[in-house]
Amino acid sequence: MKRLRAADLVSSLLVLAGVLALWWLASHQQWISKVFLPTPEAALTSLADGLRHGELAGYTGATVLRMLLGWGLASLLGVLLGALIGSSAAARAWLQPTLEFIRPLPASAMLPLAIALFGLSPTMVLFVVAFGAMWPVLLATVHGFASVHARLREVAGALQLARSAYVLKIGLPNALPDILAGMRLSLTVSLIVAVVGEMIASQAGLGQAILLAARSFRASELFAGVMLLGAIGFASNALLALAEHRLLRWQHP
Amino acid sequence: MATWGMAMPSWRSWRSWRGAVVPLLLLAAFEWYARTVAASSDTLAPPSAAALAFVKALADGSLLAATGFTLQAAALGLAIGAGLGLSLGVLLGLSRRAAAAGFLAIEVLRPIPSVALIPLAMLVFGFGLTMEVSVVAFATFWPLLILSQAAARQVEPQLLEVAAALQLGLAARTWKVVLPAMLPRLFVALRLGVAIALVVAVTVEIAANPNGMGYALMIAQQSLDPALMLAWLFWIGAVGVAINALALRAQRFAAQRMGEVAA
Repeated sequence: MKRLRAADLVSSLLVLAGVLALWWLASHQQWISKVFLPTPEAALTSLADGLRHGELAGYTGATVLRMLLGWGLASLLGVLLGALIGSSAAARAWLQPTLEFIRPLPASAMLPLAIALFGLSPTMVLFVVAFGAMWPVLLATVHGFASVHARLREVAGALQLARSAYVLKIGLPNALPDILAGMRLSLTVSLIVAVVGEMIASQAGLGQAILLAARSFRASELFAGVMLLGAIGFASNALLALAEHRLLRWQHP
Repeated sequence: MATWGMAMPSWRSWRSWRGAVVPLLLLAAFEWYARTVAASSDTLAPPSAAALAFVKALADGSLLAATGFTLQAAALGLAIGAGLGLSLGVLLGLSRRAAAAGFLAIEVLRPIPSVALIPLAMLVFGFGLTMEVSVVAFATFWPLLILSQAAARQVEPQLLEVAAALQLGLAARTWKVVLPAMLPRLFVALRLGVAIALVVAVTVEIAANPNGMGYALMIAQQSLDPALMLAWLFWIGAVGVAINALALRAQRFAAQRMGEVAA
């Protein structure tokens, strides 16, 4: 990560301020109807009110929890299955085509099937979040295991490492960069699927909140919700980038 | 570019029959389960019934109409998102100062999940093509911006020096030197954009827009027609695989003709 210089920081802040000023002008001058575009002040007031007195804080917590739980499940399952499939060439040959077929399927397309199977429940949404977010981690782990250097495999053979020792001592460390990249993508997917799930299954959360706000033409509340979702996306991505940097430090001495 | 997306099975290799065994076994097990244990179920149907429903939907034209709508929305959204993302990305990639100035605004707006804009698009455009196109455009804009910025930054400095020595203007420099030099990388970015556009289009239809494949899937579930629902699920998956394979082929073609992309 390169450090921002002072002049760059100032110009960067100016552009951001320009964007906000444009929003302020567009809404105050009524270039865009207030029905669609609230003034920045109204959106911020809605945000502050919602967080202090309203239900927005609870909704945010619910969405974040759903996202994290689904992501955790997806990462765990993805790494386990990925290590299982990736450490055996035979398993790859049997299973990889099936995995590649499911991968491009939009995670949200599983929602109707999950509703049919489990009904409109929080568990159902969690299942779909975990299912959708699992693929990036799973495929990244398989790839990481498949790309272990041939020489390392020979070393493992010469040392007569058991399969579990091979996975723990060679496979996982080798696949770690891939796994972390996959987990980062999977976190983004988790947030998206959690929001869509809340919209469709009417589970309490930001997804449902912004849909209801739009349906009743409360644009300032809609913008408050969108801002919170943006903040969740920003914070989770930044935290994970930091973790990735720390965990991979040993690779770049 | 994440490497996990690169691994594709080679269908022509002699081992490819092995890949088909597991799905066929799963299908057979599902068929047996749906016919015996869950025979009177409202929520599940055997794959054979799904195949029948698929043929029926194909015959009455609803399948192709919905597929056409989704693909049209995805393509239009991608065209707008990619066009804007590319233009801004090239600009930011060529000028370090512009990149620094845009940094904060981009980092603040980019993490907004595209689906968060579905309610806003609904409010502004109502239901229909425009609303879906706008969300797809937003979703594809950011990755194309970031990737084309990186691609423009990696253009050989010597090429830019040549352009400067020839005293080319900004337009000529971009059109004649920078764009051709970054073309193979652009195809990689476009392939990612295609995948995102399709997923987002279907998601918008499932969440809100009463058109296209996603809505057909949703309405089949709601009208307790599991056979039709499974048919749509399979069809959406098949369309995804086909479109992604086409995009991959275009990218490989570009790489062969115009130089391999390193890493």
